[in-house]
Amino acid sequence: MGWSQVSYHYDGSFAGFLCCVFEAYLHKEAPACFLGPEDGRLSLWPERQISTDEAHAKRVYRSLDRSLGAQGRRLVVYGFLTCLPEREMALWAFLRLGYERGPGVVRDLTDDRVSTLNKAVQHLTGEAHLLKGFVRFSEQEGLLIGEIEPKNRVLPLLRPHFCTRYSGESFVLYDRTHGEALFYRPHRWAIVPLAEFRLNGPAQEEQEYRRLWRRFYDTISIAERYNPKCRMTHMPKRYWGTMTEFQREQEGLPP
Amino acid sequence: MELLDKLTILADAAKYDAACTSSGVDRGARPGGLGSAMAAGCCHSFSADGRCISLLKVLMTNRCIYDCQYCVNRRSNDLPRTAFTPWELAELTMGFYRRNYIEGLFLSSAVWGSPDRTTEAMIQALRLLRQEYSFHGYIHAKAIPGADPALTRQLGLLADRLSVNIELPSEDSLARLCPDKKKRAILAPMAQIRDGIQVSRGELVKYKHAPRFAPAGQSTQMIIGATPESDKHILTLTQALYDKYKLKRVFYSAYVPVSDSALLPARRDFKPPLLREHRLYQADWLLRFYHFRAEELLDEANPNFNPLVDPKCSWALGHMEFFPVEVNRADYEALLRVPGIGVVSARRILTARRCGPLTFEGLKKLGVVLKRAQYFLTCSGKMLEGLRVSPDGVLRHLVAQERPMLAQSVPEQLSLFEQTG
Repeated sequence: MGWSQVSYHYDGSFAGFLCCVFEAYLHKEAPACFLGPEDGRLSLWPERQISTDEAHAKRVYRSLDRSLGAQGRRLVVYGFLTCLPEREMALWAFLRLGYERGPGVVRDLTDDRVSTLNKAVQHLTGEAHLLKGFVRFSEQEGLLIGEIEPKNRVLPLLRPHFCTRYSGESFVLYDRTHGEALFYRPHRWAIVPLAEFRLNGPAQEEQEYRRLWRRFYDTISIAERYNPKCRMTHMPKRYWGTMTEFQREQEGLPP
Repeated sequence: MELLDKLTILADAAKYDAACTSSGVDRGARPGGLGSAMAAGCCHSFSADGRCISLLKVLMTNRCIYDCQYCVNRRSNDLPRTAFTPWELAELTMGFYRRNYIEGLFLSSAVWGSPDRTTEAMIQALRLLRQEYSFHGYIHAKAIPGADPALTRQLGLLADRLSVNIELPSEDSLARLCPDKKKRAILAPMAQIRDGIQVSRGELVKYKHAPRFAPAGQSTQMIIGATPESDKHILTLTQALYDKYKLKRVFYSAYVPVSDSALLPARRDFKPPLLREHRLYQADWLLRFYHFRAEELLDEANPNFNPLVDPKCSWALGHMEFFPVEVNRADYEALLRVPGIGVVSARRILTARRCGPLTFEGLKKLGVVLKRAQYFLTCSGKMLEGLRVSPDGVLRHLVAQERPMLAQSVPEQLSLFEQTG
């Protein structure tokens, strides 16, 4: 291609990434790697610091719809939330291809650049769908509090669902993996970084509901059909840690 | 009695009901209310038997006037009996729902007093939940055969999905095992619900705020393995229910011995026919999503499914003249008939081949599993390279592939039970 290879330092945000794309096309550079703020890697290529400029980010964002279509834009926006290793590089490869080929590119599922991104996005949306069910809230003084440990950054995908469902409530949903929390009180929401998150012990009523739920969970299963493998297929063990039905209170309550 | 004990008794009494789906209706939130519903449904947990837990599945009461032999709640069974008050049930549902334990409520009931009285109690609980507590989550209610149609209608206006259990696959079995229930009494509310849904749909087109009657449709379930019907009989019945009564789902429930009645299989050494139930669900999927008909899958010569391979493989092996299917030319229906290709794979193939011819390598990238499909496909006229199988060998290969799954399931268990859908 003749574009020189450069490694980009950016602030780790989606807008920052779009600015990298802007700069790459401006200077005719091919990013060889993307480094976020906390990335300690050293690179072999010349480095360039990209500062986030809202106007540039918007220009690139607007180009997504035009050049890649609504589906292509969705792949890029969601792709940034996935846990794909080197996701920026995968996105960059997809964008290069997309700007060249237009909206039809999303149909070319046998192309590696498209299928890699597609699979990562499927993983993200799949995990978000599971978590819509697996999230557990506890009540503390009228506030609902939940914690999750997902692989992908699912909070933006969970937000519309929970904000609609609990539109009259106030809640906090904390993502341990990425240190982010979704805050909601009627008709206002925010997703903010949050380094630490600690819960008080459950109150009387909360404990009562947990006990009822655990009892229901244990009762509803049919012993003659015991099938732990099937349960694990549908509900992988990595989700169990934050689910009420698998937690036993410390005080040695009867199960 | 404490709430914990009541919940234990009434959930235990409801657990043999197979349906726990929360699908079929999309509903946003309403000001001042709690809850929403999504058309795809949502599983909130999976119990130790691998079944989805989506709804708080309980009975209103387990006190019963009937004495159906196959049922754990029959009046001759010596069990602790209790009932929820509407307030208890509403508080419990709201408490669970706020904590995101559940997607909604599945309310069934044993028949206490009379069908009318039972339905009235259920209506009272649901009305409290919908109106006083402004609950907008999912509700699945059982219509009680023999209740006044006006009451069933009220129930349908409060619930999202209604179901009437057909209980057993034939009238003879029904007469033998539950002499108190009549086929006509079961089918009458089914027809009423079907018509109610149709009228409600028509009205909604004209008036946005017309009352919604069972917007998520109706379902039913029957017990498999307690009576002598063949798979063919069951599948034909299923198809008739889909065609005539416009059901969303038919559920099968492998009989779990709960009684020593001489009319039922002996309790000792009886294993619930889980593999058979699994094969029936696979066939049910073929009817609903794969454009198959019951008479294609089973006939007089083969009235039961082959336990060794799934129904679609079975069909394919009997119709080798239909194959191989050419990936780059075949239409959607033809692709769906290939063992190993499902709705998702077929759609992806249609999408991807617009960009150029597909190869076996390409199919793998699409996520098409070739384990079974490889024997039935060509890509641009060529079979998979290195595949040397005579037509007779295909069955052997397919059976060998399925065997590991069957082997680990000594008491007839499979890890592929159906999900919410």
